[in-house]
This record gives sequence, structure tokens and C-alpha cells, in this order.
Amino acid sequence: MTKIEAVIQNSKLEAVKDALHEIGIEGMTVLEVRGHGRQKGHTEVYRGREYSVDLIPKTKLEMVLPDAMVEKTVQTIISIARTGKIGDGKIFLTRVDEAIRIRNDERGEAAL
Amino acid sequence: MSKPLISCISLSFLILLFALPLWPQNAASANPSDTNVRLAKLEQHTADAKSSADNAWMLTSAALVLMMTGPGLALFYGGLVRKKNVLGTMMQSFALMAVITVLWGLFSFSLAFGSGNSFIGGLHHLFLRGVGAVPDPDYAGTIPLQTFMVYQLMFAIITPGLIAGAFAERMKFSAMLVFMILWSVIVYDPMAHMVWGKGGLLNAALGGRFPTLDFAGGTVVHITSGVSALVCALYLGKRVGYPKEPMLPHSVVLSFIGACLLWVGWFGFNAGSALSSGSLATSAFVATHFAAAAAAIGWAGAEWLRNGKPSTLGAISGSVAGLVAITPASGFVQPMPALLIGLIAGVFCYWMVAKVKAVFGYDDSLDAFGVHGAGGTLGALLTGVFATSVVNPIFKDAQGNTLPSGVLEGNAHQLFNQFVGVVISWILAIVGTLVILKIVDMTIGLRVSEAEEVEGLDLSQHGEEGYIFETSA
Repeated sequence: MTKIEAVIQNSKLEAVKDALHEIGIEGMTVLEVRGHGRQKGHTEVYRGREYSVDLIPKTKLEMVLPDAMVEKTVQTIISIARTGKIGDGKIFLTRVDEAIRIRNDERGEAAL
Repeated sequence: MSKPLISCISLSFLILLFALPLWPQNAASANPSDTNVRLAKLEQHTADAKSSADNAWMLTSAALVLMMTGPGLALFYGGLVRKKNVLGTMMQSFALMAVITVLWGLFSFSLAFGSGNSFIGGLHHLFLRGVGAVPDPDYAGTIPLQTFMVYQLMFAIITPGLIAGAFAERMKFSAMLVFMILWSVIVYDPMAHMVWGKGGLLNAALGGRFPTLDFAGGTVVHITSGVSALVCALYLGKRVGYPKEPMLPHSVVLSFIGACLLWVGWFGFNAGSALSSGSLATSAFVATHFAAAAAAIGWAGAEWLRNGKPSTLGAISGSVAGLVAITPASGFVQPMPALLIGLIAGVFCYWMVAKVKAVFGYDDSLDAFGVHGAGGTLGALLTGVFATSVVNPIFKDAQGNTLPSGVLEGNAHQLFNQFVGVVISWILAIVGTLVILKIVDMTIGLRVSEAEEVEGLDLSQHGEEGYIFETSA
């Protein structure tokens, strides 16, 4: 099992979510996050004073998938979330040891 | 003689003959004393009607001016601070609505508007003695003195409230209360007396030594509060972390609502200062509105040129700056000069706030000086330039002929009188505020501790939070 964490542009959430449903992804966790990578935020001006806002609002998707699904999912996210400009986000993959369904103790891929 | 003329005359004679028996009766009911009684009654009814009309507008205006403090100023300032200080900031405005009201009833009205010397009123209106339904013709002959009293109270409330913008986010609530009480008595009451009170040094309507034109409080309200704000900002020092840490307004939306309420409330402030509901009120109303509009364009336009974007905060700050600048002029100028005053004020105050503050580095947190001190001074001086007797024939010679008001009308000396008014209000504000700050500082201390400042005024001073967004429970 692999955990996919994808940080994407807020505006891409709906499209990515729909595309993932399309390829059969049934569950995910969505978080509103703030952060920055190489894209260094923007400036805001209040009464002539400039403030640089370096933590930008982003959306983070988390899902744990059977390994067979991972590559297809990653490709789907990339194809939808990419604009080609700086700030499109990143995808991280991590190995997951175990998954447990609280309702009935199911374990492993059956719990996903 | 022609035939028709003869018949016409005889007809008239006939009518007169028939009417004659009625004549003595009419004459009997129209004996002189009876006519006088009826005339007196008619005059009384006319005066009552005018009084009712004026009183209706003045009570409305009083309510409008109170609305400027709460919620207007409370929202305007509340939105500009960080969210940990929103309640502390709003509470400063609200506390004044309560505290100044009590003072005003006990003795402040008497100190400001009782007849006294050139600088301060007497004590004969202590506890509002003699302040009832009977008008005081020296102030406003058509409304109860009690209406005048409560209208002026609303000015006494908002004026110290404006200062709070300079020491936002770092003053102890207890210190703020003591400071405001002392400031109201030591700075506001004498200044109001000098400009508007009977026998006041600067009173233009009641024969002051240096007649300063200040229709609705450019000197009394905005210069005193704005300059005191600067003194407070300098004395208290900067907020912890200023200017390194970002201190963004936590909600320009709240400030926006506050500024719009201020704009509407200002009609009561300025047009109400006519103390009647006639054409002078209209003139002040129109001048007020025009100046606010032009100033919003001035500030936002200056921003647009300099930063490439016109901001919402810039537009609303501009409108407030214009309202400040037109305050002394509102009952003396025509609409086109009002537009010009507003436009100048918008650009000037933007420059004060964006440039001058940065150069000197003082932490006038919400720009009380940059908007009220600077805008008020500009407005007071421009009043001397643009005032016209067409709008308000305030200066008369011994024979009752109207004299010119402002420089453009040929009264070059008025600019000097305005300058005297400005200088006196600056000096009174600086000296008075310094003394009060020193007293409060040495007794109970002015600032919250650094830990409390970091925690925020809401929790440290009031034990509550402005925003609690629990998703469950």
C-alpha cells in the first residue's frame, strides 16, 4: 500500500477530485493548508505598507491506495493539476505498513 | 362717460350697499387686542412648527453621530487590528459611549457650554441644571437646550474614540479609561468651549477674539484627537515586533462596513451642526457628501498610480479623510470647493500615511494622526480659503451688513484666524496629552506587559475571544 500526498492549487481541487472518481478512487482526505515551495508568495499593500505573504493557501489530498493503482492515480493528478506555471504543487509517495477499518477490524488492502 | 363704465360703477355701489350691514360686525370682532391675540397665537404656532421640524432633525442627527462611534468607528478600527485585539479595540469605542455620557451629565456639558471665561465654561449647568425644554438662543433658538446638550454629547464621545487608533493593540484597558476621562475634561471641554461656547476665545458666531470658522469640529474634534494620537504613539512607543513583523488588518470587510457607517453618520455630524433643519443643513449635507466622494477617488487614485492597484482599504480611508477635512468647512463652502477640499485631502492623507509615517517611523497603528490630525489641519486652513457668505453669512458689521467670510471672497485675514485656531488646538492637544500620559504612566502604567501584548488584548484585558469557530460540539 502507498500513501499519496498531493499538494495542488485550490482551484484544481474539483477537477482533480472528479478525475480521480472517474478512475475508481473511492476515498480521500482533503485538507486546506498553507505553505510555500519555490513560489515565494505575493505582496499585499495596506495603506502604503507592503507585506510579503509567503505562506500561500493550497489544497492537500491524501489517499492510501493498493500499489497497482498508484501510477495511474499520480498520472491523473498530474494531467489535471498541471498549468505549467510555478506553484502547481507536488506529489509525495510513502509506503504504508497497515490499514485498519475501525468499523469491522478489516486489515490491509481490504480496509482501503 | 361710456355706458359700460356707468353700469359697472352702479353695480359696485349696489354690492357695497348690500355688504354694508355686515361691516359693523366684522369691525367688532377685529378690535385691536383680539387681533393681537390671534397674531400672537399664529406666531406661537409658527414657532412651534419650526421648533418641531428642527428638533426632529437634531434628534436624528444626534443618533447618527452616536452611530459613528458604535458601530462605525468600532468596526472601522476593529477590522484594522489583528484578530486577537478585535474586542479590545471595539470595547475602547464602546466604553466611551458609557463613560463620557456620565461625565457629560455630571459636569462636562457645563464646562464646555456653560458661560464662563474665554477658555472654559462655568459650573452653572452642573448635573444638567437648567438644561431642559427651553432653548438657549445663543446656541440654537429653536430646539430645547436638552436636545443641544445630547447632540453635543455625541461629539464628546467620538472625539477621544478617534485617539484610540494610535495606541491600538498595546494599551491597558484601565489606563485607557483614566486617560480618556482626563483627556475629555482637560483637552476636549476647553477646546469645545473656546470654539463653540459662549464667550469662547475662537468663537466666530458669538464674538470671539480670534473668530475661527469651524462648522462641525475640524479643530475641536479632529485636530485635538489626531494630534493627541501622535503624542500617544510617540510616548507609548511601537508595538512589540513593529515594523518587522507583519501586522495586517485582520478584516478589511469589518473596516469597510465601519467606514460606510461613518460616511452616513457624518451627515448627522456636519449637517446636524446647522442646529436647524433649513437650507444651511442642506448645504452642509451636500458639501460633506461631495468631499467624501472626491477624497475616496483621491486616495485610491494615488494608490493606483503608485502601486498599480486601487485598494478597498485605500478608498474607504480616503473617504474618511475627506469627511474629516470637510468637517470645519461643511457649513461655509459650496459644492465645488467641497469637491476640491475632498480631493486634496484624499491625496494628502495618503501621502502622510504611506510616506511621512514611514520616514519618521512612529507607530500610529491605525493612522489616527495621518487621517484626523493631518486631514483636520488641512481642512481647517482650507475653510479659511473657501468659506463664503453666500452659504453662511456669519460675519456682520455693526449695521448688520454681511461681511466676506474666506480669502477667496476677499477676507484674507481669515486664514490668519484659522491658523490661530489650528495652533491653539495643536498646543492644547500636545501639552494636555503629554501631562495626562505622564500622570497615568506614573500611577497605573500605560502599556500591557509584553506577554499580554503577544497574547492579545481580548484575552489579557477582557478574558474573551472575538472569534470562536468550533466545528463540532
